[in-house]
Amino acid sequence: MAQGNPLIEVVGLKKYFGEVHALDDITETIYEGEVVAVIGPSGSGKSTFLRSLNLLETPTAGHVRMEGVDITDPKTDIDMLRQKMGMVFQQFNLFPHMTILKNLTLAPMKLQKLSEADANARAMALLTRVGLADRAGAYPAQLSGGQKQRIAIVRALAMQPDVMLFDEPTSALDPEMVGEVLEVMRNLACDGMTMVVVTHEMGFAREVASRVLFMDGGRIVEQNTPQELFEHPKSERLKSFLAKVL
Amino acid sequence: MIAAIDIGAWFETIYAWLQNAWANLSSDFYLNFIKEDRWKFLVRGLGVTLEVAFFAAIAGIVLGALLAIIRTTADKAGRLRFLNWLAKLYITVVRGTPVVVQLLIINFVIFSSAFIDAVIVAIIAFGLNSAAYVAEVFRSGIMSIDEGQFEAGRSLGFSYGQTMLYIVMPQAFKNVLPALANEFITLLKETSVSGYIGLIDLTKAGDIIRSRTFSAFFPLIAVALVYLIMVVVLSAGVTRLERRLRNGAR
Repeated sequence: MAQGNPLIEVVGLKKYFGEVHALDDITETIYEGEVVAVIGPSGSGKSTFLRSLNLLETPTAGHVRMEGVDITDPKTDIDMLRQKMGMVFQQFNLFPHMTILKNLTLAPMKLQKLSEADANARAMALLTRVGLADRAGAYPAQLSGGQKQRIAIVRALAMQPDVMLFDEPTSALDPEMVGEVLEVMRNLACDGMTMVVVTHEMGFAREVASRVLFMDGGRIVEQNTPQELFEHPKSERLKSFLAKVL
Repeated sequence: MIAAIDIGAWFETIYAWLQNAWANLSSDFYLNFIKEDRWKFLVRGLGVTLEVAFFAAIAGIVLGALLAIIRTTADKAGRLRFLNWLAKLYITVVRGTPVVVQLLIINFVIFSSAFIDAVIVAIIAFGLNSAAYVAEVFRSGIMSIDEGQFEAGRSLGFSYGQTMLYIVMPQAFKNVLPALANEFITLLKETSVSGYIGLIDLTKAGDIIRSRTFSAFFPLIAVALVYLIMVVVLSAGVTRLERRLRNGAR
C-alpha cells in the first residue's frame, strides 16, 4: 500500500446508542490519495463510522483527527474542518428550493466568500465535468436520481475538499442509474481525490478502492487490498458475507 | 275579469311596498353613513384595525420565529433548555387564555398606571398573542424539513444558524405559508375586540354608529363586509405568493 501523509486518524472511536455498540473501539488511519471502501452487513456500523469522521455523529469516546486537528475537541471549529470534508448522502439531500447552480454556489459564496461570477464559473466547470451543464437552471425535482447524485457529488466538490465521504451513494438509485454515479466516482478517484466510500457495490470496491475495510458488529474485522480481501478472505465472517453478496 | 283586477291590485300593493322599503333603506343608508359624515367614522376605524393588525402581525412573526428557533434548537441540539422551558410556558399560557382577557390584563393590569396610547397597547397584546400561535406554526414547519437537509447543510460547513437561515427556514416558510395566512386572518378578525380597551377600531366604529342611529342593519353589515373584503384580498395575495414559491418544489 503506497501511502501519502495521514489525512484522517481515528483513535479508539466508540459510539453507543443506548445498549447498542454501533462502533466498538475503532482505530484506523486514512491516508492522502487513498480510496477506502467500507463494506459489511447492514447494522455493522459502517455508516456510523463514516458519519463520525465529520462529526455528524458525536462519538461516545475516542478521537478523530483531520489533518492533525482533533475534531472531537469541543474547542475545534468543526464548521471550518467540514469545509474540507465533502459528504455525499444516500438520499442526495439536494436543496429543493434552489436551482442546481445555486445548490453548487451557495456554500462557496457564503463560506469561502467567492464572488458570484467566480462561484458560477467553478460550478459550471464541475457541471460540465459530470455532463450536466445544461441542467444548471433546473430544480432538483426535475432531475433523475442518478442526475441528483451526480449533482450532490459536485456540490460537495465545489468546496474543493481534501477528502470526500460517500455514505452508500448508489443505494437509493434505480439499477440503471448506478453506473453513471460510479463513473463520476471512478473519475474522481483517478484524479487522486482521497475518498472513503461506504458501499454495497462490490464491483466498485474491487475495481476502484485501494483498500477495503470489512466491518461487522461495530469493529473493523478485516482489511486488505481489494484483490487480497475478495480473493483470499481470512475471517469466517468475511467469507460468509462475501458468499452472500457475490 | 275578476282575476285580472285582483292581480293588478296585488302588483300595486307589492310595488307600493317595494317603494316604501326602498325609501326606508335609502333614508337608513343616509342616516348611518352620510349624515354627519358617519362613513368617515368607519374609515378611521378601519385605519385603526389595519394599524393594529399589521404591526401585531410583524411583532408576531418576529417573536414567533424567535420562540420557534428556541423550541427547535432545544429539540434538535439539546441546547437552550431553560429558554425552551420558558417558551413552552409562554405558549401554554397564551394559548390557554382568551385574547380578550389578555388584552384587558395588559391594558388594565400591566399598563394600568402608564399613559400609553391604546393603539400601542393593542399592538403589544395582539402581537404577544399571535407570537404563540406563529411559534407553533413555524416550529411544525421546521420539524417538517427532512433531517437530511440539515445534515447536508452542516456537512458543507455551514453553522447551525446558517443552515437554519439558508436551507431549513426558506423551505419551512413555504410549507407553513397556508397555516401562517390562516393565523393572520384570525389575527385581523380578533382585533375586533379592541373596543374593550376604548379603542375605536372598525367594529367599535360600526357599533357606535348603531348606538347613535338606533338602526343596526347597515352599520353592522357594512363592518362585516369590510372584514370579508380584507380577508378575501389577503387570501388572494397569499395564494399568489404560494404559487410563486412553488416553482421547483417537489
